[in-house]
Amino acid sequence: MWLFNRFILALLFAILLVAPRVATAQENSITVAVTTSFENSGLAEVLLPQLLEDTGLEVRLVVVGTGQALKLGENGDVDAVLVHARQAELAFIEAGFGTERIEIMYNDFVIVGPSGDPAGIRDMSGVAEVLGQIATTESIFSSRGDDSGTHKKEISLWALAGIDAENLEAPWYRSTGSGMGATLNIAAATDSYILTDRGTWISFGNKQDLQILFDGDPPLNNQYSILLINPERHPYINMEGARLFADWMASERGQQVIGGYRLEGEQLFHPNASMAGGPS
Amino acid sequence: MNSILEGFSEAFGLLISLDPDLIEIVLLSLRVSLTAVFFSALIGLPLGAVLAVAKFPGRRLMIVLINAFMGLPPVVVGLVVYLLLSRSGPFGVLGLLFTPTAMIIAQTILITPIVASLTRQSISDLWLAYRDLLHSFDASPMQIMRTLLWEGRVSLMTGILAGFGRAIAEVGAVMIVGGNIDRATRVLTTAIALETSKGDLGLALGLGIVLVTIAIVVNILTLSVGQVVGGQSLEGRAP
Repeated sequence: MWLFNRFILALLFAILLVAPRVATAQENSITVAVTTSFENSGLAEVLLPQLLEDTGLEVRLVVVGTGQALKLGENGDVDAVLVHARQAELAFIEAGFGTERIEIMYNDFVIVGPSGDPAGIRDMSGVAEVLGQIATTESIFSSRGDDSGTHKKEISLWALAGIDAENLEAPWYRSTGSGMGATLNIAAATDSYILTDRGTWISFGNKQDLQILFDGDPPLNNQYSILLINPERHPYINMEGARLFADWMASERGQQVIGGYRLEGEQLFHPNASMAGGPS
Repeated sequence: MNSILEGFSEAFGLLISLDPDLIEIVLLSLRVSLTAVFFSALIGLPLGAVLAVAKFPGRRLMIVLINAFMGLPPVVVGLVVYLLLSRSGPFGVLGLLFTPTAMIIAQTILITPIVASLTRQSISDLWLAYRDLLHSFDASPMQIMRTLLWEGRVSLMTGILAGFGRAIAEVGAVMIVGGNIDRATRVLTTAIALETSKGDLGLALGLGIVLVTIAIVVNILTLSVGQVVGGQSLEGRAP
């Protein structure tokens, strides 16, 4: 019996020791905080291996909401930030947390709702009109309510319809305080309208009765940018790696990969980095 | 309903295929949580024994605090450890954020109160039973604690298992300090949260079933060790 006992102990320790030694921060790797919508689109799985092949740079993604991503950048916990919240990004540079903002690509938001379309928005022509109609008919709308890039976008779209969504207290307007996926799960369960980015929507696996009811209006476009962290504030960050990452993403090569990415047959991202003028 | 069935078939598929990605995630989960258990036992067992046996000012307060800390919310522990390990925090120079080490630190903080508190309870009971005997041997405080810890090893194992259960199951702390980085700091619970957010509920539930299975296996292994060690002790103690 003692032998058996020793064997078990040895086994437990073996698991402890043999368990994979995790890629310790190599010189040629950077950590980038990205938004959930970027990760959910699946683009990273195509982009990052290509980047590794071309430049030898390994990018490790920390996937968080825009608010947290900017905070990680501000604290110097990541080497670069890839987000979509123009105002907050400009404020980030303004405050000296970052040195540069490089526009990379855009995708778009869509308004999703129950296929029965109780508010009747399907054939409308502008997003302001659509949101106004949802408010007038008091149809249930699920909002992220988490200060993410998508949430900030949603607030700005409500403003187009003349509605102050941040201070809106109405039973039909539900602030979930959760990520995109969690909020989509809630919307699917409650048959509500919701604003989501197209990439997350296409790859989302629990659509139930929801479908895209409105898209294609220019205010729904969603610009992604890379922010480079200020090395004067955080001298230990891998500035060279971050620079290499941003340059490659904005290069003709990177822009081609972005524009060529398809999810279930649909192009998700439209490259628009200014320095490369890649195909669109 | 569909997702539940799907979850079981996903779990079955994952376990049968021994998907290399899954194995990596499972091994990292075990490595992080077992290491955290190891360190929390290293701290919690002596601490619990001292609180049970020794008399010193502030002892009651410490007991109250440790009992209360059993209910520490993982997300708060994660946040505090993040603030400590952040590049802008006091231990930022160590560069530990988003590494398994950071996750081990967070889980150790999370479960040490559990181990210490349950240890104190077991040892207190034993101390009541053996006090006169140990005093008659004129045993030193060190000897007393060592004897009581050894005598209580079977029930202490339960305390340690409770700590392990909490560590392997929590998601709030490791999500913040580990970052859920693919192939670096992704563990079972953060992978489950990720798949849920993608709406891939079947896979998420499948991973959940894998997690529960692992917890059961660890408990069975520990129980068999406990029986072996505990059995000998009963023989030794028989009058």
